[in-house]
Amino acid sequence: MGLLDRLDNPYETGGIILGTLEDILNWGRSKSDWYLHFGLACCAIEFMSMNASHFDFMRFGIIPRATPRQADFIMITGTVTLKMAERIKVLWEQMAEPKYCISVGSCANSGGPYWQYGYHVLKGVDRIIPVHVYVPGCPPRPEAMEEGMMKLQSLIDRQAIFRKREKLAENENLIKSNKM
Amino acid sequence: MNTTEIFELLREKFKDAIIDLVDNPPSDSFINVVPEKLFDICLELRDNPEFDFDYLMCLSGVDFPTNLQVVYHLYSLNKKHKIVLKVTVPKENPKVPSVERIWRSADWHEREAYDLFGIIFEGHHNLIRILLPYDWEGYPLRKDYKEPETYHGMRVPY
Amino acid sequence: MTTRKILDIDFSRIDTDRMRLNVGPQHPSTHGVLRLEVELDGEVVTNVIPHIGYLHRCFEKIAENMNYQQVIPYVDRMDYISSMNNELPYVIAVEKLLGLKVPEKVEYIRVIMAELNRIANHQIAIATFGLDAGAFTPFLYLFRDREYILWIFEKATGGRLLFNYFWVGGLANDVYPTFKEDVLNIVKQVRKTNKDIEELLIYNKIFIDRTANIGVLPADVAINYGCSGPMLRGSGVPFDLRKAEPYSIYDRFDFEIPVGKGEVGTVGDCWDRNIVRMREIEQSCRIIEQAIAQMPDTGDVQSAIPKKVRPPKGEVYFRCENPKGELGFYIISDGKDKPYRVKGRAPSFVNLSVLPEISRGYLFADLIVILGSIDIVLGEIDR
Repeated sequence: MGLLDRLDNPYETGGIILGTLEDILNWGRSKSDWYLHFGLACCAIEFMSMNASHFDFMRFGIIPRATPRQADFIMITGTVTLKMAERIKVLWEQMAEPKYCISVGSCANSGGPYWQYGYHVLKGVDRIIPVHVYVPGCPPRPEAMEEGMMKLQSLIDRQAIFRKREKLAENENLIKSNKM
Repeated sequence: MNTTEIFELLREKFKDAIIDLVDNPPSDSFINVVPEKLFDICLELRDNPEFDFDYLMCLSGVDFPTNLQVVYHLYSLNKKHKIVLKVTVPKENPKVPSVERIWRSADWHEREAYDLFGIIFEGHHNLIRILLPYDWEGYPLRKDYKEPETYHGMRVPY
Repeated sequence: MTTRKILDIDFSRIDTDRMRLNVGPQHPSTHGVLRLEVELDGEVVTNVIPHIGYLHRCFEKIAENMNYQQVIPYVDRMDYISSMNNELPYVIAVEKLLGLKVPEKVEYIRVIMAELNRIANHQIAIATFGLDAGAFTPFLYLFRDREYILWIFEKATGGRLLFNYFWVGGLANDVYPTFKEDVLNIVKQVRKTNKDIEELLIYNKIFIDRTANIGVLPADVAINYGCSGPMLRGSGVPFDLRKAEPYSIYDRFDFEIPVGKGEVGTVGDCWDRNIVRMREIEQSCRIIEQAIAQMPDTGDVQSAIPKKVRPPKGEVYFRCENPKGELGFYIISDGKDKPYRVKGRAPSFVNLSVLPEISRGYLFADLIVILGSIDIVLGEIDR
């Protein structure tokens, strides 16, 4: 996974990995994500299962924090209502950069079953804050949440810290030529 | 006691304030009462040991094409009987006396009915919106309600 | 000025500032998106104002725009911890409107599923209550067991949390062949863990110190506030709808109603409410065992009814014993295929309204314990 993949034979080469500073920083960041403990609705119960015995979220280095100031990413688990939306925005703004957002469940992605007649439901949390990973499901299984989490880790792994603009342009070219 | 007996006893005491008894099984039978006397009727229902309705199960507002209705589902834990009361008020002036002082469980139920239907409960100590934000406009559970385009700059429809 | 109930300190001699503290809507121990506005005199709670509605998902409006069958998934999402128990009163209410009788086998499967879900719900309730009081280990034990129950649900219904399994006139599908053995194994496992939890949590000295004599709810106050379920039974009122008005086939089973007796403190304190849940798990196990023994092996699980049911004009209020209390559905039909009005009387909604009454005069740390003992689910409060 990530940086350790480059270590094809740890015994012969003495366990030395050659990498850029960026690689190592990203490796460290992606393997110790702290998230803002924030349960909204049904998905939060599956999220609790994820923290408990069977799924054990913490083995990925993911630790809950009760305050946005110490959190790397926020997991929006459940229906975002209009009354709640402003608070989420405030919490998001209180988080320190770099920050990420995982939107878990149909409700947070698009309003879910409440999309049509839910006069008090925000149809998708991406209307107020940027979302990096969407996890579908109503509610998603804990495995799906873990998958979403790993997607976020690989996203952080590839993130540019130095020469951001050049790399962004490079990525864009790749996307344009359908190579990514 | 069944609903008919309760109706007879109430009729004796409150005369015209008790409008009628509607009974067509299998749906629940209910008693229509006038809103002005509602508080006294409810007090009688709770305090008279024959009735002993100490438990308010449910209080719901209903929007009908011409008027608004408040439905009270009462239950007695000791006597194990129940009754349904209904008051009907016009849409222009939806005022119903509050029964919050009789059953404290009515407190939040009445706030909810005010929030979603705009029924004003007279005598309620704190009649403010409970579910929706305080600056919300309109009463969503009325049949003619149209959801707003935006709320605080956020688009509401899909 | 507040009245002290537990500590023998003369607080009038200590100058304290009045303070207004905001707990939530994002707070790990508010069990969801509840916001509490707490007025404090030093460390003593003088008043609590709960602000709800942060999860108002317009259930009642949506129900008016859906078919009777289509409402069931939304009913699931009201109290998402005990979905089976939510579906039960709704489908029975609609069946009552239709004058429908469901096959025998359906009744048994419904009861077994509802009781399994009651166990799962109480396990979460006790686990999170332990967390609130500072005990993390029971949380892991109970969630391990709950996962086994969810596996049964998943095998039978396809969903782990929200099922859409009880339909009007029957079930979505039959249970799988080894259902009975699986359930009996679970019952054994649940009983075993119950013993562990009693030693780990319930009779733990620290836990008793945190919860006994805290948040005392007298029986008359509980009734006046319309409390139900473990809240009411914790105060010593033996009222259980499964016994008082037996619905479905609950009159065929032999079980008891556990009530709070004030074993370690006063009747109606947090510990009593918790022990009622604990004892109810055992009673649910008994019901499940009896139901499994009586359940017929063959039979239909669906009655022949059209997809769009049209109940005759009328109205019905039907209530069932949810793990959290009395869940009632008031349904008005105008003869069309969509309900004219659906009102859900949620137990947590009513139970939470008593919080200011029972938390005045206790310390702020106790408020969290009292809130945990009520066992609320915001999806049901806000609907």
